[in-house]
Amino acid sequence: MLAYTIRRVLMLIPVLIGMSLITFSIIHLIPGNPAQTILGEQATPQAIEQLEEQLGLNEPYFVQYGEYMMSLLQGDLGQSLRTNADITNEMWPFLAATIELTLFAMIFAVVVGVNAGIISAWKQNSIFDYTSMLIALIGVSMPIFWLGLMQQWIFAQELGWFPAFGRGNPRDPVETVTYFYLVDTLLAGRPDQFFTSLGHLVLPGVALGTIPMAIIARMTRSSMLEVLRSDYIRTVEAKGIHHLSVVYRHGFKNAVIPVLTVVGLQTGTLLGGAILTETIFSWPGIGRYVYEAIGTRDYPVIQSGILVIAFMFVMINLIVDLLYSYIDPRIKY
Amino acid sequence: METVRPDKQTPIPSPEQEAHTVPAPASPWKEAFRQLRRNKLAVVGMFIISFFILIAVFAPLLTPHQVSTMNAADRLQGPSADYWFGTDDLGRDIFTRIVYGARISLMVGFFAVTGALIFGSMLGILAGYFGRWVDMLISRVFDIMLAFPSILLAIAIVAILGPSLQNALIAIAIINIPIFGRLVRSKVISIREEEYIMAAKAQGMKSGRILVHHVLPNSMAPIIVQATLGFGTAILEAAALGFLGLGAQPPTPEWGRMLSDARQYITSAPWTVLFPGLSIMLVVLGFNMIGDGLRDALDPKMKH
Repeated sequence: MLAYTIRRVLMLIPVLIGMSLITFSIIHLIPGNPAQTILGEQATPQAIEQLEEQLGLNEPYFVQYGEYMMSLLQGDLGQSLRTNADITNEMWPFLAATIELTLFAMIFAVVVGVNAGIISAWKQNSIFDYTSMLIALIGVSMPIFWLGLMQQWIFAQELGWFPAFGRGNPRDPVETVTYFYLVDTLLAGRPDQFFTSLGHLVLPGVALGTIPMAIIARMTRSSMLEVLRSDYIRTVEAKGIHHLSVVYRHGFKNAVIPVLTVVGLQTGTLLGGAILTETIFSWPGIGRYVYEAIGTRDYPVIQSGILVIAFMFVMINLIVDLLYSYIDPRIKY
Repeated sequence: METVRPDKQTPIPSPEQEAHTVPAPASPWKEAFRQLRRNKLAVVGMFIISFFILIAVFAPLLTPHQVSTMNAADRLQGPSADYWFGTDDLGRDIFTRIVYGARISLMVGFFAVTGALIFGSMLGILAGYFGRWVDMLISRVFDIMLAFPSILLAIAIVAILGPSLQNALIAIAIINIPIFGRLVRSKVISIREEEYIMAAKAQGMKSGRILVHHVLPNSMAPIIVQATLGFGTAILEAAALGFLGLGAQPPTPEWGRMLSDARQYITSAPWTVLFPGLSIMLVVLGFNMIGDGLRDALDPKMKH
């Protein structure tokens, strides 16, 4: 197990280097003169020269990359061109907002998806099975930005059940410590604000979680169908153990591996989809941070934002891989 | 086409055996098509896609208005006999724009998938057939590309190239290359060990000919399935880029772009948001239904 963990972590190194090369190269791949593109048509030659100096664009490519990697390893993501602030410091509140949102979306996706999948497999070919698989099929095909807009219209504007924008009540802010509003409101001893923040999470979280939920439901169903047909399930059933226990304890335990893989891969969908969801719901997350940087051609922010999101994705898949052998001791590497 | 046998367990019949098997088994493709027709969801999917192809082809004949003609007097009109899906904030007929948008979405899907398919297959075949350092290099590049959430990589590419429909299309093709590449590679690796490849080699067939005549046709089934599903994903991704303002630029009637232009009118004129979104969903749903059906029909082993 330890040997595998070490090997798996070592395997990450080339991927991480490749990722950093790609994000590093973003600025170099801009057609024409990058500094000119960033500053626009009317930029003076002095301004261009100054920016080239600031970004180190005059040095040889690999020298620049070496310096970029050195700062990265020290946790320094460079400075934003727009605000001149350190991106590492500036990014945290956005990152926390995104983590809070994606966690909520993932919990929603797993809880709903897994249960719908299990029940569909258990009651195969029932009305429930057909309906939930049809919903899952539609869920996979739905543009999440459209789903978000529709939710805003129906549940926020028409019904007024949930707020449509932002993370909390801006007129009564709670002291931010961790920038996870659910945590901060509790730390401040404000349960009312906790529920306000939770309410703000519902619409963006559900919109973001719908595609993973659909995919997880489909995967759980097919994985469960296979398991429920096996001999040991028949044995357990013959012993007269309660249905729920058969399905959830004995069945799902053995169907969980493919589901876990999908969950890991779907965090990519979540982190990518966060850009769209955050745009719609004015959620101050890292997706919007990057998106706004594209509008202002703030390339250091674009590079760092993309790198950080991709890094999180890789780490989550590492955790999922390591979980396999923990959950299923038969898996030996 | 005779070389195609999705079921690789079946031994290749020798000439004498073949002479005795009467009647000759139907071609696996015909068999797959028969199964596909039995799959209700797949048939519905084919109807949906045929419908959208038809409206895309005959767009000028079907549309009562001009695609970009603005009419300030008729802005944000609800659905009516004159404007079936209502009008947008510039008084343009939404039905007309949706019909023309079908052209754009199908075109984006087609070119993005074709591009990704061609480059992905080439790289996958190189990696799988030649192995060793070629495989190492190509597979690592695929790993790295897949380490990015796909839409994020597309956004990065558009941030480099600049926002336009063409660049969005290029970006979507690029992000889909590793998906096809990996698939083809794994298929090639499993086929490489087959006896008929060895036989071809023993007969002195050159690598190139073996690839074209044996390896490629035998990897077709999963590629076709992935291409069909990829169509839907590509259309979704293009709409997402359009929605973020990184794809099609106004006045192009691209569905994603239409959604983002209309979002501020969602309360006063919900039809401006409803119909473009429904169209995206229907097309993608159609491709997903066909893709699922094809998967079940072509290769039962791929179900999971």
